Amino acid sequence: MRLAGKSGQTGTLGAGHLSMSNVITSEQNTVPLVKIQDLHFQRGSKQIFSGIDMEIPKGQITTIMGPSGTGKTTLLKLIGGQLKPSNGSIEVEGQNVPKLSRSALYTLRKRMGMLFQSGALLTDFNVFDNVAFPLREHTTLPESLIRHLVLMRLHAVGLRGARDLYPAELSGGMARRVALARALILDPMMIMYDEPFTGQDPISMGVLLELIKTVNSALGITSIIVSHDLLESMSISDYVVIISDGRVVEAGSPDALRASESEWVQQFLNGTADGPVPFQLDAPDYRLDLLGAKSGASQYSADNS
Amino acid sequence: MNSRSVEILVGLFMALFLVAMAFLVLKASNLTSLSGAKGYELSAYFENIGGLRERAPITAGGVRVGQVSRIEYDVETFQAKVTLTIDEAYDNFPEDTTASIYTAGLLGEQYIGLEPGAEDSVLMPEDEISLTQSALVLERLIGQVLLNR
Amino acid sequence: MIDLLQQFGRGWIVLFERLGRAHLFLFQVLLGIPSLFVRLFLLTKQLYSTGVMTLLIILVSGLFVGMVLALQGYNSLVRFGAEEALGQFVALVLFRELAPVLTALLFAGRAGSAMTSEIGLMKATEQLAGLEMMAVDPFKRIYAPRLLAGFIVVPALTAMFGTVAILGGHLVGVEMLGVDAGAYWSQMQSEVSFRYDVLSGMLKALVFGFVICWIAIFEGADCIPTSEGVSSATTHTVVYSSLAVLGLDFVLTALMF
Repeated sequence: MRLAGKSGQTGTLGAGHLSMSNVITSEQNTVPLVKIQDLHFQRGSKQIFSGIDMEIPKGQITTIMGPSGTGKTTLLKLIGGQLKPSNGSIEVEGQNVPKLSRSALYTLRKRMGMLFQSGALLTDFNVFDNVAFPLREHTTLPESLIRHLVLMRLHAVGLRGARDLYPAELSGGMARRVALARALILDPMMIMYDEPFTGQDPISMGVLLELIKTVNSALGITSIIVSHDLLESMSISDYVVIISDGRVVEAGSPDALRASESEWVQQFLNGTADGPVPFQLDAPDYRLDLLGAKSGASQYSADNS
Repeated sequence: MNSRSVEILVGLFMALFLVAMAFLVLKASNLTSLSGAKGYELSAYFENIGGLRERAPITAGGVRVGQVSRIEYDVETFQAKVTLTIDEAYDNFPEDTTASIYTAGLLGEQYIGLEPGAEDSVLMPEDEISLTQSALVLERLIGQVLLNR
Repeated sequence: MIDLLQQFGRGWIVLFERLGRAHLFLFQVLLGIPSLFVRLFLLTKQLYSTGVMTLLIILVSGLFVGMVLALQGYNSLVRFGAEEALGQFVALVLFRELAPVLTALLFAGRAGSAMTSEIGLMKATEQLAGLEMMAVDPFKRIYAPRLLAGFIVVPALTAMFGTVAILGGHLVGVEMLGVDAGAYWSQMQSEVSFRYDVLSGMLKALVFGFVICWIAIFEGADCIPTSEGVSSATTHTVVYSSLAVLGLDFVLTALMF
């Protein structure tokens, strides 16, 4: 397990102590699955990432956290090759994603699963056909075998009984579980979860947590979670990366982060209202403002990042 | 909507398309003018063609036998040169056939009428019809009537 | 003043950028078309949702347009004692102009807008991104079948529109107003050339179908993925494709006749 702060210096921690718990991955643990170096990305004139360095260890659950609007979802899209960075490299299994040809990228994507916030199920197919979709697109397996594979995945997420329902009839949590079954159908090497816990009730939250953990430990699939639900994601992660203002602020195991001395990290983890990230957005002096001191409205143009 | 009924409906749709096309071909239009190649060309010079246009019909005894394929102005003879495409079924017009420009009705479209002569030799492709009668131009006619009074 | 000029300039730059994107997009969609021939079921589905679903409105409007044409044409022609030419009048007006243009406009309103909102919603609900991440190319899977379907469906609908309208003209002209049935059909047959009139109308329809689907698909794929974005993209599709159809109709008419 490696991490690199914004200093750019790569510090190697002992790779062994985390993998002890995970028999399948212990031998592969020396190589990071995803390696991001000096990543810059901007949308319009807004700089989203300015020099991200990150390594995501193979076979483990990595959580990327950070305040809303820091571009966590963007990072997943960059890894998946849906967006192109303005600078820097993203290597997945040693292949530089932004430089891949279209067909090579599509070959790589068959081995990546991604779980979107909404589930991204195809609305005109029912659950069964949604899960079968990647198989039907990419393979010529006979229908009887497809049925077996699909039911197996649906059973694993506990939704074999929902196979004839349409996405509109599913709850948010069920849609995500179906999407997980679909992401698993091609036996990927990694799955990226985009905000899997937002808006879930405690029960479906528990189900999702359990599923993510099982998928990782039973199938040895590298998991990348993007989330700002602290407790939940910390509880299942092996490795946590916190990004803010386009940089990696802190990275390490959940325990290491809790012990971090950084005030910023402490504010983020404890959720205190005031601290290094001020409660008040930059504004002219309150008293002067109330007294009606002339100040251009442009000063208030909110920059909520 | 399962795929079987989708396919059936699409099949019906395309069948309807074919029926519509068949209707348009057989009932609502003529394919004969499609065959530009299936005919031979004759030329004729007129002093004045009036309102004759390309694709105007050519009739003989009131039956349509071809159409005007080209209209040019010949700068050597200072006459209008009209190229006529006659269906190849009608290949025995005598050499002294007269081509006249008529108007269908008082204000209708202009067309060329052919009146066969009595010669034994027939017009061959690319031949010229030498006996022609120009269009009756209404203004000129009125002018003549007024002047002659 | 300078600000106004800048805004004016920016408007043009944005417009040209968008046009450029639309052309690149079209190019990619066209590249996706060959892969359809091994997966015809995708096309069948689109033929259904664009063609079959638009059929009823086309048939009903065609019938009424034909009836109105016969009524109006009869009233004008009867003054010159030329009511025998009704069949010819109805058929020529239909094939050259009304059938392709009205079909295209109805198609844009019915199928084009549906296409935009469908694709826009797929974008808003991350279905397109999901497809890409499943290594399924939306250009091949989503866009190409729709473009090709429009290419086939609009000429087909035009032919049906024309047929129904001529029958509607017959209904009013012959059955109600008493034009001689023989004259109605024979005038039509002798004066309407399949190649010049019917086929050029079909060619127009082909161009219209292509342009409408291009606009509809691009607007959907390029929309802002929110509910307002999708609804304004849908409106744009109808407005732009109607304008494009009318403008192109002028250009094509000038070129053909």
